[in-house]
Amino acid sequence: MSQTNEPVLETDEGTALPADALVVAEDVHKSFGRLEVLKGIDLEVKRGEVMCIVGPSGSGKSTFLRCVNHLEKLSSGRLWVNGELMGYRQKRGRLYELRDTEIALQRSDIGMVFQRFNLFPHLTVLGNIIEAPTQVKKKSKAEAVALGEELLERVGLPDKANAYPEQLSGGQQQRVAIARALAMEPSLMLFDEPTSALDPELVGEVLDVMRDLAEGGMTMVVVTHEMGFAREVGDSLVFMDDGMVVETGVPADVLRDPQHERTRAFLSKVL
Amino acid sequence: MSSPTEPSTGAETATPSPGRSADPVTAVPVRYPERWVAAGVILVLAAMFVHMLFTNDAFNWPYMWDNMFSPPVVRGVWITLSATVLSMVIGVVLGVLLAVMRLSGNPVLVTVSWMYTWFFRGVPRLVLAVLFGNLAILYSTVAIGLPFDNYWMPWLGLEGDARFFEIDARTLLSGYTAGLLALSLSEGAYMAEIIRAGLQSVDKGQTEAAQALGMSRTKVLSRITLPQAMRVVIPPTGNETIAMLKDTALLAYVPVTIELFYQLQAIGTRSYQIFPMLVAACLWYLAITSVLMVGQYFIERRFNRSERGVRDRVVGGTH
Repeated sequence: MSQTNEPVLETDEGTALPADALVVAEDVHKSFGRLEVLKGIDLEVKRGEVMCIVGPSGSGKSTFLRCVNHLEKLSSGRLWVNGELMGYRQKRGRLYELRDTEIALQRSDIGMVFQRFNLFPHLTVLGNIIEAPTQVKKKSKAEAVALGEELLERVGLPDKANAYPEQLSGGQQQRVAIARALAMEPSLMLFDEPTSALDPELVGEVLDVMRDLAEGGMTMVVVTHEMGFAREVGDSLVFMDDGMVVETGVPADVLRDPQHERTRAFLSKVL
Repeated sequence: MSSPTEPSTGAETATPSPGRSADPVTAVPVRYPERWVAAGVILVLAAMFVHMLFTNDAFNWPYMWDNMFSPPVVRGVWITLSATVLSMVIGVVLGVLLAVMRLSGNPVLVTVSWMYTWFFRGVPRLVLAVLFGNLAILYSTVAIGLPFDNYWMPWLGLEGDARFFEIDARTLLSGYTAGLLALSLSEGAYMAEIIRAGLQSVDKGQTEAAQALGMSRTKVLSRITLPQAMRVVIPPTGNETIAMLKDTALLAYVPVTIELFYQLQAIGTRSYQIFPMLVAACLWYLAITSVLMVGQYFIERRFNRSERGVRDRVVGGTH
């Protein structure tokens, strides 16, 4: 696939990547058939940074997020997490696809929270949380349960361990989903519009959990429509439109004084 | 419908008072005389049928009752039950395998799975049963070894063969094994379709959530998608089990001489009491399917467990 032998190819050995960067995206393109959804994304997320991505529907925010943990394959470009190229191994300028189990191993270090929660309906709340630690990390059940109970305490649902997902409100389900992702002790958390499917009065409880997580130093990439959250919690704000990054900056600055016409037009509609 | 709290535009007397609207409705119900006529006709026909059961000597109830529980018949019941259970177990395992192949995306696996289903759904079970009963015509022995050894061994200058294990086909494909093979291979094709539908009914978000947690494809299948597919798969599998129990009667044509229907028919033919023994067959199959239906009811109730409880309060927007 790659004929260009730019110096950046050597970065796979970990030399040229910035030491404090956890996620590095370089000219990421993604097409679905003829439709190009991402048209060259360059982004860098530092360790401990909370990056919020905003933009209109169909701008490619969610697709980019799904590229980070390789739920979507890139059409071109490179994406590194923790110094590792996602989904591929690079040897002497050639790319080799990783096996399913190797990709799974890479993903186990990246937590993801979905818009529609995607809790496992056939398992209890605690069952949802301990599933991956016991099945993927091969933790003992007792150890996983202890961690699971601690996490439920942290998201404010210590008494819901034995409930089934359908017995919970949307906000509670999303908090369980966050606990489930945290149970793998990831170094990066991805949030794909985590409050968009919630009743307005339930949004706050989920954002509170995310704020705590950010204060604890977790690296987070958050696709969101919550401008208030972006301003208060975000370290950086990325505005995407039509598959491209239009503007990046400190959230308060971008929200107060957007530099691009498209950003201004979008913000005037949502603020 | 106007509720009492709604402001009334009419005169004060038109406003319904709560006391009056709560009066029980007492009205003369509509009569359906034609239904009574139909019920009467059916009752008369039913009475004639019952009367015939008791008066027509061809039923020969005492003879049927004496022979229905004879040792060879009871043994036949067990053979029928074991053939049902075994062919369903093999069928389900085959079905999972074929469904996963069908959804794998590998063109060879997809095609093989499709052709398998095409063949075994297209040929009647009765024909399959007889066909498998005659497979020994095709092979006198069945051997396990390396394929095409009769070609490549001489070509490499080697003597002998590459077969590790040989067995006489008539021993291996004795009536019962041949019949079981026919039923379970056929069942595999139907189960493949049922399980494929079940797997496809599981929301794609479930797979993504599991993958995002670092689960491998096999883990996702065994821990997340298959268990959730079960709820959709169980009811039609119950129907398949009941249908299979009835289809074990086809074993009589392989022939499997120890099977229930064969035994009942044999007793009937031997004693010229054909009809009583056919009635006995009906009663035996009805009895067993009734038991299976009760079992199916409880299994379905168990797998619908997580559907009970409070519905989530998600705003139903799709983005």
